Amino acid sequence: MRPIRRLEPAVILAVMGREMANFRTFWKSTVFTSTFEPVVYLLAFGLGLGTTLVADVDGVEYVQFVGTGLVATAVVFSSALPAMFGTFVKERFQRTYDAILAAPVDVEELVTAEMLWIGLRAAVFGCFPLLVTMFFGLDPEPTMLLVPVFAFVTALAFAAFGITVAASVAKIDQFNYVTTLVITPLFLVAGTFFPIEQLPHGLQVLAQFNPLYQLVELVRGACFGLDPVDALRFAGLLTLALVMWRLAINRMTKRLII
Amino acid sequence: MPAIELHGLTKRFGPINAVDGLDLVVDEGICLGLLGPNGAGKSTTMKMLTGQAIPDSGEIRVLGFELPQDAKQARAEMGVVPQLDNLDIDVTVEENLAVFARLYRVADVGAAVDRTLEIARLTDRRKDAVDKLSGGMRRRLLLARGLVHEPKLLLLDEPTVGLDPQIRTELWSLIDGLRSRGTTILMSTHYIEEAERLADEVAVVAAGKVIARGTPAELITEHAGQRTAEVYGPPDRLTEIRGEVEEAGLRVRAAGPAIAIVAAETAPPGLIPEEAVHRAGSLEDVFVMLTGEEAE
Ligand SMILES: Nc1ncnc2c1ncn2[C@@H]1O[C@H](COP(=O)(O)OP(=O)(O)OP(=O)(O)O)[C@@H](O)[C@H]1O
Ligand SMILES: [Mg+2]
Repeated sequence: MRPIRRLEPAVILAVMGREMANFRTFWKSTVFTSTFEPVVYLLAFGLGLGTTLVADVDGVEYVQFVGTGLVATAVVFSSALPAMFGTFVKERFQRTYDAILAAPVDVEELVTAEMLWIGLRAAVFGCFPLLVTMFFGLDPEPTMLLVPVFAFVTALAFAAFGITVAASVAKIDQFNYVTTLVITPLFLVAGTFFPIEQLPHGLQVLAQFNPLYQLVELVRGACFGLDPVDALRFAGLLTLALVMWRLAINRMTKRLII
Repeated sequence: MPAIELHGLTKRFGPINAVDGLDLVVDEGICLGLLGPNGAGKSTTMKMLTGQAIPDSGEIRVLGFELPQDAKQARAEMGVVPQLDNLDIDVTVEENLAVFARLYRVADVGAAVDRTLEIARLTDRRKDAVDKLSGGMRRRLLLARGLVHEPKLLLLDEPTVGLDPQIRTELWSLIDGLRSRGTTILMSTHYIEEAERLADEVAVVAAGKVIARGTPAELITEHAGQRTAEVYGPPDRLTEIRGEVEEAGLRVRAAGPAIAIVAAETAPPGLIPEEAVHRAGSLEDVFVMLTGEEAE
């Protein structure tokens, strides 16, 4: 008889395998959007603003400033949103979780697998803006290999956030509140398009608590030179991911086990 | 050791007592039909057997495991076919099966997929996306998915609900095949015919309790009778006959446009009108007498 173990790797891989099988049916559109969006942003902001209004930020060419910042945008939009919508749809409309939890899988494994899958995807998509920016003159650096790691950890936190939200709302239209009140402000005050030093002092302090700002700083560090304080930023993101992971499991258990 | 033992099981949803002191023992190797009207608590009971619902009180043992604490191990040895289809519709037939074979840690995934495709007679459709299948094929796939790990116990929650008669018959022969190979089956249904065709024993559930239990023949003897007499006619006349027959101590139920007098063999001569149609007592009589609901 199989002993009861928690977080069995084979089970987690099997749940991720289900996601992968489904992803194969729609990856083209997702990859297209993920490549095309940073290009649009770069052309609009980087070249639009960059050639007319702002030449550089702290010695970094504006197009590269935005391009590196867009990694965080790509990460949040390929983690929090798919987690929210995907979880809700699978739970409510497709009853996928009902099927999975009838197999020897528990909620902890299910949530962990969903998070890891979204994290891996977002780590890849997070690199696209960087690759695109290289066509705008960004020089490759060995430290850039850390970018997918930073993206992965941040995406885990946002995936868990999305799952938590999905497990807490009664109706799918309540997601609008979350995108408007949480995601959009985080995305705008992350230092992607302008340095946060431009903001009033209060907001600057608040931005320190914005995981996306921390990710933006880490990515720029990996591109233009890391700083000892970046270790602290990374530890912060890691802690957030861990806390959100437990929270997501807790909320999903309440939702799925009646 | 019985495959399933439930004692004093209760489950409340706010003010609703979905399961209300349910006792049930299912021996290994039999097919037990849980027959009950809508809302009787059949699906809720099934959910508690997989640990997807936690009872408010009572004991659950499934395949020797104590639930809910050992639910994961119990689930490893049982297959579940849900009331509502939850296949991955964009993915191919074989991938649906392979995903579940991996969830159940089946050693040879390829062989498990081939075997279950064979059972569901979907081998030639293996590369098709599920949303290209007909309703009957989807149901067969749903059943096959519950069999990838050759479970000892199979939970079927209304396996043929909403299907046309031909597809239903198809599924019945599939389920019958599993039963004859020794798989223990717990099947909920509100189709009388389904219970008659497949179940070795039937437990009638109403308002969250088992109110009768036995083989179909035992239940018919105990709760209906050898013969049932059906009388057709104008409503006034039927009301009159019903009054007389009930006066004499017999039990009567409405049966669509007619009335049905159960245990007609016990009636004194002359009580039952000449024009009555006599037939053998049925599980339907039992169901309606016990639950007060018209059967399907
Ligand atoms: N998640 C839930 N939350 C609240 N009430 C529920 C929930 N699940 C079931 N119920 C209620 O519990 C009762 C029993 O429902 P259940 O689904 O177990 O019945 P059933 O016998 O399977 O019926 P059917 O034949 O219609 O499938 C019903 O009154 C139902 O409304
Ligand atoms: Mg039901």
